[in-house]
Amino acid sequence: MSFDISLILDSLPKMLSGIGLTFQLLILSGVLGLFLAFVLLLMRLTEKWYFSLPAQVFIYVFRGTPILVQIFIIYYGLPQFEAIRESIFWPILREPFGCAIVALTLNTGAYVSEILRGAVLAVDRGLLEAGSALGLSRNQRFIYITSPLAIRLGIPPYSNDVISLLKSTALASTITIFDMMGIARTIVAETYAPYEIFISLAIIYMIFTFFIQKGFGYFENFMSRHVKK
Amino acid sequence: MTQPLIQMQNVDKFFGSFQALKNINLEVHKGERIVVCGPSGSGKSTMIRCINRLEKHNNGKIFIAGRELTDSEKDIDAVRREVGMVFQSFNLFPHMTVLRNLMLAPQLVRKNNKSKAKEIAMKYLERVKIPDQANKYPSQLSGGQQQRVAIARALCMSPEILLFDEPTSALDPEMINEVLEVMEDLANEGMTMICVTHEMGFARSVADRVIFMDLGEIVEEASPQEFFENPKNERTKLFLSQILSH
Repeated sequence: MSFDISLILDSLPKMLSGIGLTFQLLILSGVLGLFLAFVLLLMRLTEKWYFSLPAQVFIYVFRGTPILVQIFIIYYGLPQFEAIRESIFWPILREPFGCAIVALTLNTGAYVSEILRGAVLAVDRGLLEAGSALGLSRNQRFIYITSPLAIRLGIPPYSNDVISLLKSTALASTITIFDMMGIARTIVAETYAPYEIFISLAIIYMIFTFFIQKGFGYFENFMSRHVKK
Repeated sequence: MTQPLIQMQNVDKFFGSFQALKNINLEVHKGERIVVCGPSGSGKSTMIRCINRLEKHNNGKIFIAGRELTDSEKDIDAVRREVGMVFQSFNLFPHMTVLRNLMLAPQLVRKNNKSKAKEIAMKYLERVKIPDQANKYPSQLSGGQQQRVAIARALCMSPEILLFDEPTSALDPEMINEVLEVMEDLANEGMTMICVTHEMGFARSVADRVIFMDLGEIVEEASPQEFFENPKNERTKLFLSQILSH
């Protein structure tokens, strides 16, 4: 089999023109998902069932179903309901981009809230007792003791989720979005050269993953500065 | 006689079906120094942890400076402001410098401004003789230094009562004395303190009363001289023979 280098060189700039869309998907759903995760976390940490139960159900549903199915349900399924088409969400759900953001946000929010919860529960109980003994209120303990330590503990699993989210953005191409993956699929359809195109695309994703890893590595070091000798 | 600072009346505490405290009655007056000892699992830690509501007692009443400990958050907060605690594992906040560990509660709970909180913090760091470590993180200190910081942190709230929960048990032997010295200084200055400890030398030299606990009960309560030289209860005798024999 021959490997067409010139085809790769030709198609690289085309695929890279989708980089903006890939990043928009990653950053928008990443930020919104983190916010959602935080809300879900607070709901679960309250000891009131009417907050914690809905959060648990939400997390179960979104972790328990394939993200591709979630994207299809939101993109193909929701517009069938009149109520959705007349709601204030329609301007977002009418667009494939909006649907992709909603699906990715809900999905990553469910996963990240579990990461945050694990990190919160991993904070040494003795430190919280010390805070209580000093007279700090529940909120003060959460803000000054739990949060900074939980952030540090949550970084490695969270970076894992961001990398996973980067790759999930490629699924948006299934609902007519021309991110890097969408463009690559179009080129493959025209050239019948899946190897060259998809392998170079894979390498682009790997390069981004490398930078995400590095970035989180620096962040982790910064947050761990107190344990260095 | 004046009202006791701490009053425990018929206090029971259960963990599930296990009874950790059985009908505890204790009165501690201002300026008294109490040492609590007993085998592990005897309820010593649980008893002092009930005093600042780190554990919630199931039956009986606890009064701290006349205020009853109930479910009321307001009462619990008020009691915690007046009761300091030093833990076996130090429990310094690892992400804050020594200085910030000390300033946190004076700023958040006592509402002191930053410079006042810093002044308080430095005063007590000097008192435990490590002002030069103020800007280090706890992980950079030795165990003995960390425990002295933890004592200073409790003192920054100017508590009426200090509780010590096995403060030297996690320390290497050569660091025990530096912590005991600080505790003795505090005792000599009239601080009301309850120490759960196995340091019998400390008990002999500073305690007004020694309390021996076993199986969740207060078995014997006596002056150190009486306690060590003339223990009444068989369980006390057995315990003393075990810890003093080596």
